[in-house]
Amino acid sequence: MIDKKLYDMPKETDMAWCPGCGNFPIVNIVKMALAELDIMPQNVVICSGIGQAAKTPHYLRVNYFNGLHGRALPPATAIKLANPELTVIAESGDGDTYGEGGNHFMHTIRRNPDITNIVHNNMVYGLTKGQASPTSEKGMQTPVQVGGVVMEPFNPLTTALSLGATFVARVFAGDIMQSKEIIKAAIQHKGYALVDVFQPCVVFNKQNTYQWFKQNTYYLDEAHDKADKLKAITLALETQSMPLGILYQETGRPSYETLVRTNTTPLYQQEVNQQVLKELIESHR
Amino acid sequence: MKRFSGDISIVLGGAAGQGVQTVEALLVQVLKREGYHVFAIKEYMSRIRGGSNSTEIRVTNTRRSAYVRRIDLLLAMDKDVLPHLEHRITKDTIVLGEREKVCTVTKCPVVNIPFTQFANELGNPLYTSTVAVGVTLGMLGADSKVFEDYLREHFARKGEDVVAKNIEAAQKGYTFGKHIAYDAGLEVYIKRSATVKDELLLDGMEAVGLGTLASGCNYISSYPMSPGTGLLTFLATHAEKFKVVVDQAEDEIAAINQGLGAWYAGARAVVTTSGGGFALMTEGISLSGMIETPIVVHIGQRPGPATGLPTRTEQADLNLVLYAGHGEFPRAIFAPGTLEEAYLVMQQAFHIADAYQIPVFVLTDQYFIDAVTSVAASALQKRPIERHIVETKSDYQRYVLTKSGISPRGIPGYGEGLVGVDSDEHDEAAHITESATMRLAMHEKRLGKLQAITAGALMPTEIGDVAHADIVVVTWGSNYGVVEEALELVGREDMAALHFHQVYPLPEKAKKFLSKKKIVVMENNATGQFANLLKLEYGVAISENILKYDGDPFSVEEVVAKLKACV
Repeated sequence: MIDKKLYDMPKETDMAWCPGCGNFPIVNIVKMALAELDIMPQNVVICSGIGQAAKTPHYLRVNYFNGLHGRALPPATAIKLANPELTVIAESGDGDTYGEGGNHFMHTIRRNPDITNIVHNNMVYGLTKGQASPTSEKGMQTPVQVGGVVMEPFNPLTTALSLGATFVARVFAGDIMQSKEIIKAAIQHKGYALVDVFQPCVVFNKQNTYQWFKQNTYYLDEAHDKADKLKAITLALETQSMPLGILYQETGRPSYETLVRTNTTPLYQQEVNQQVLKELIESHR
Repeated sequence: MKRFSGDISIVLGGAAGQGVQTVEALLVQVLKREGYHVFAIKEYMSRIRGGSNSTEIRVTNTRRSAYVRRIDLLLAMDKDVLPHLEHRITKDTIVLGEREKVCTVTKCPVVNIPFTQFANELGNPLYTSTVAVGVTLGMLGADSKVFEDYLREHFARKGEDVVAKNIEAAQKGYTFGKHIAYDAGLEVYIKRSATVKDELLLDGMEAVGLGTLASGCNYISSYPMSPGTGLLTFLATHAEKFKVVVDQAEDEIAAINQGLGAWYAGARAVVTTSGGGFALMTEGISLSGMIETPIVVHIGQRPGPATGLPTRTEQADLNLVLYAGHGEFPRAIFAPGTLEEAYLVMQQAFHIADAYQIPVFVLTDQYFIDAVTSVAASALQKRPIERHIVETKSDYQRYVLTKSGISPRGIPGYGEGLVGVDSDEHDEAAHITESATMRLAMHEKRLGKLQAITAGALMPTEIGDVAHADIVVVTWGSNYGVVEEALELVGREDMAALHFHQVYPLPEKAKKFLSKKKIVVMENNATGQFANLLKLEYGVAISENILKYDGDPFSVEEVVAKLKACV
């Protein structure tokens, strides 16, 4: 186990998150998980999009690609392909991942690259000040949805399961120790791992609070069979009291980079085979 | 009697799926092997079956690389061909085909070729294509042995029987072709060259593809869109041997963001698309500008707006590419006019993207991509690959401010440092900033790179004696061949041409070519986009625009007429 402090930013780092924000414990959980897995910061890349959650890579010492809104997953997939030796995490919010980036979410799951997708799901848009997100509950009133949200909430877990995700979990930002173990399992999983994180937004979401999440969730017990996909879908459909833990894990499915590439050499070390090029040119005679 | 000396235009017409492309491929290969200068260009409808498509094959004394409107020999496969090509058929056109299948009216001047009868004799309609090639070669008086050798090689893996049947088909066609040429009093005199038979036969997309491989490209993520798809297919075909990672993206937005992720992690990536797909990528182009991560984008242009004419040609996406992406950042745009330029500018594009950490574009179009001709292997210039990646130290900062504006580019996992990139305005350590001082420093650093890119811009190619000409015809991209030929045919001593294969930034040194000249700008669009760019960049006045935007490339005949009329 390496020292978690290696991941700490300098104390004077200017934070853009509100006091009490659910993002703080998530960053802490990710740092602890990486340190306990003995992964050096130099070998980690965090990709994020835009939003409050997407600022995460500015608050821990890692390599990062803080790109465009909704586009954390395409660079994450490419980085893993270009250098399979790196630990790649795509970390953004619910609006970024499930809304703006919905198409990438669907097709990255189908590819199954060996990356971990941590989604800070606070059921509201924070950075743009309180509009509904794809996961907002029906009836929630916002400055835009003045009469309350009328659309069905997006269910990331059933969507991921139906698309063949090989690791699907949900954690709660308010429980550091249990969340950390699940995120460690997600990082260790060989393939695409979705971790949807229930995260309170203390400023813009007054209904899904720390208290609310505690009251409306429960942990799956040891008896839960993670290989049972139908059971996982049933659990993911629960809306009254929602399960936390690893709902589903499938082992043995080859990850995208092992299917697309024949070796694991980082592409920056690869040279053009001039002889093969010459032969190809000559073949056009 | 009909006599063709030094230049003949053969057109094959038929519905999709009738073997026009098979006949073209065979004919072009065999003619090139015999030492003829060949040039082929197809036009086709955006449908998988049916419609009416055609391919023009020119056989010429000297190297030609341009479309002519004139049809000397027309080989028609069905009833739609004559109406489809009506505007190009004259009394001098010799029309060949199976009368019953081609003619709709009784007075139809078709030289009958009984393809059905040949097919029955050979036992399979599949051999019709070989018969057709044989007929054409017979009419041209080409050497039938080269054709037979080619068929032997080409069909070897299909077994003795297929080879024998094809040779029989070729001989039947050849003999028949000789007869009809004799009957029609047809005489064809085309010189063979000693060197052409050893040249490479390539279409524009293959030249772009080979240039891409030569540049060390090892990653492509793209979404199919005509006519840009060819590069994705080309790299996929050769992926295993060249260890290229190939990903078919879910959309163009994913493609460009994957490309940037790949470069960030040390790959050399390309994305390919057409105007519509590129429109979706523009936010990613802006991201490349901000995070100073290289990207190379190939855009095969086709007529727009929107879906436009999916399988036709145009040069109307220059402005789109020139201004794509919000905010201000430097870029470079190339537009090859010949196969050797395509091979070279692809390598140059990767070099410039890598060296200056900017988005670089290569603009081709359907006409350029599909045009086939031969080129000497020695004409393909290899540019050495320079690597611009640094091994990071523990105190590495991605956006360190330097005099040149170029911050040494580290990649994750190579060195002791950490590499961050950020789409927000950022400080040297790549963290979000709203400091106005830092904003100015970073913005000026990024924009400042344009100066060095301009200084290294590729000079345009002179066609004729530009220094002594009164009128300079300026063109870019795929129009090289047509301007070169038209200029020669017009033979005006007061006229020369300038062809740009780098269209942005324009080399400052090229401005001298245009001072005190009448400038005529020729381009395949309706609004004179390159002419406007010349005005903006060089401050020159444009005397005349020669424009075309009906979906077809410029023909030699129309350019000749336009150049003759220039005053």
